Amino acid sequence: MSPLISRGFGGKRRRDVDPSRVPPGQYVVNDFPVLSAGPTPTVDLAQWTFTITGAVDERVAWSWEEFLALPSEQITTDIHCVTKWSKLDTPWRGVSVDALLENVETAAEFVLAFCDGGYTTNLPLADVTDGQAWVAYEYDHEPLEPVHGGPARLLVPHLYFWKSAKWVRGLQLLDHDEPGFWETNGYHNRGDPWKEQRYWSD
Amino acid sequence: MERLGPRRAPLTWRVATVAEKRPETSNATTLVLDVPDWPGHLAGQHVDVRLTAEDGYRAERSYSIGSAPEDPRLSLTIERIEEGEVSPYLTDELRDGDQLELRGPIGGYFTWETGDGGPLLLLAGGSGLVPLMAMLRHRAAVTSTVEATVLVSARALDDVLYRDELAALDDDGVTVRYTLTREQPAGWTGWSGRVDTKMLRELGAEHAGVLRVFVCGPTGFVEHVADLLVQLGHDPHTIKTERFGPTGG
Repeated sequence: MSPLISRGFGGKRRRDVDPSRVPPGQYVVNDFPVLSAGPTPTVDLAQWTFTITGAVDERVAWSWEEFLALPSEQITTDIHCVTKWSKLDTPWRGVSVDALLENVETAAEFVLAFCDGGYTTNLPLADVTDGQAWVAYEYDHEPLEPVHGGPARLLVPHLYFWKSAKWVRGLQLLDHDEPGFWETNGYHNRGDPWKEQRYWSD
Repeated sequence: MERLGPRRAPLTWRVATVAEKRPETSNATTLVLDVPDWPGHLAGQHVDVRLTAEDGYRAERSYSIGSAPEDPRLSLTIERIEEGEVSPYLTDELRDGDQLELRGPIGGYFTWETGDGGPLLLLAGGSGLVPLMAMLRHRAAVTSTVEATVLVSARALDDVLYRDELAALDDDGVTVRYTLTREQPAGWTGWSGRVDTKMLRELGAEHAGVLRVFVCGPTGFVEHVADLLVQLGHDPHTIKTERFGPTGG
């Protein structure tokens, strides 16, 4: 089928954006939109912990202060939301998932990220290791704002941004794949923006 | 042909034809579309629209469905974003009989069917009313007796979508209230200003745990209203939200 041409549609191509950095169906924004399925949770840092749990020999947990003391990295990366916006060169600081799993013995192949507010998202372990994922707590050199997932969110920039779970509190390691919140509500199980894996049937 | 239903149909691109364009306000227009083999939808779901320029350049955006699942035609209400890429084309350029590509229905969370029960509390900021209107239209189409309370927040009375239809619904189990944040006409007897706890209490929002709550609108509106509801004792898990940012198309 030849594509349907939209009569009279010219589009507004952004001359200042390298098209090779924009996945199919996305457009580049300069602001930072907010999308969440429920209210923004109120988080008490004194009670906050980050936990590695599930199929591990020993559960690991960090308090907020311990977490900030972990070696962190500055990451500048492009992010792509399934609702079509992409934002280029976003600056974050966080702890790599590799560092969090450094002393964890596991045979697990999947993780389920869990969050304040009850949100979950599932990922193959292979998508969050080898320098591909972080738990970020700064954006643009400032503490991460609650609407954007603060105090800390997962950052998995090579997948659609719903995988970068806001208000993340830990990773459950699993020997099987367990679809998370959006993955059971019509969205794709993996969510590769370059393959335009938006919805379950893509 | 067996209908696969809104949860099961693969999300393939379909060619829709504009059957009617209906101006709603000075900057919002409803597109009434014929979509062959539309698999059906649930009130609250949205579609992706795709436009293709002659050189193959494409732009995609998401729009909430405003029509009831029972309506044989699909309607989308498009708010025109001044510097947008897609919305000015849809509101200004598109004509009756033109075709466009869309796919859906999308989203399995921000949805309501009469079988889900109520009472409903629907809180709309600006064009956030569109998916909530689909819920009200669904309720009316199946003559449901589920009680529904609606709060519409808009800048001015002329910015309120579907005013006449809301007035006609405001009876028989549906209560519609308005707050105008920027400009009130002479003799205005509705609320003025940002949504506050007093308004929410008057709407019965303190009955946490009983109500099915949907909040849709710009990010600032949703953050504010959802926070007030949590302060009123609502379990955050029971408040369904949909936000749209200043960014758009």
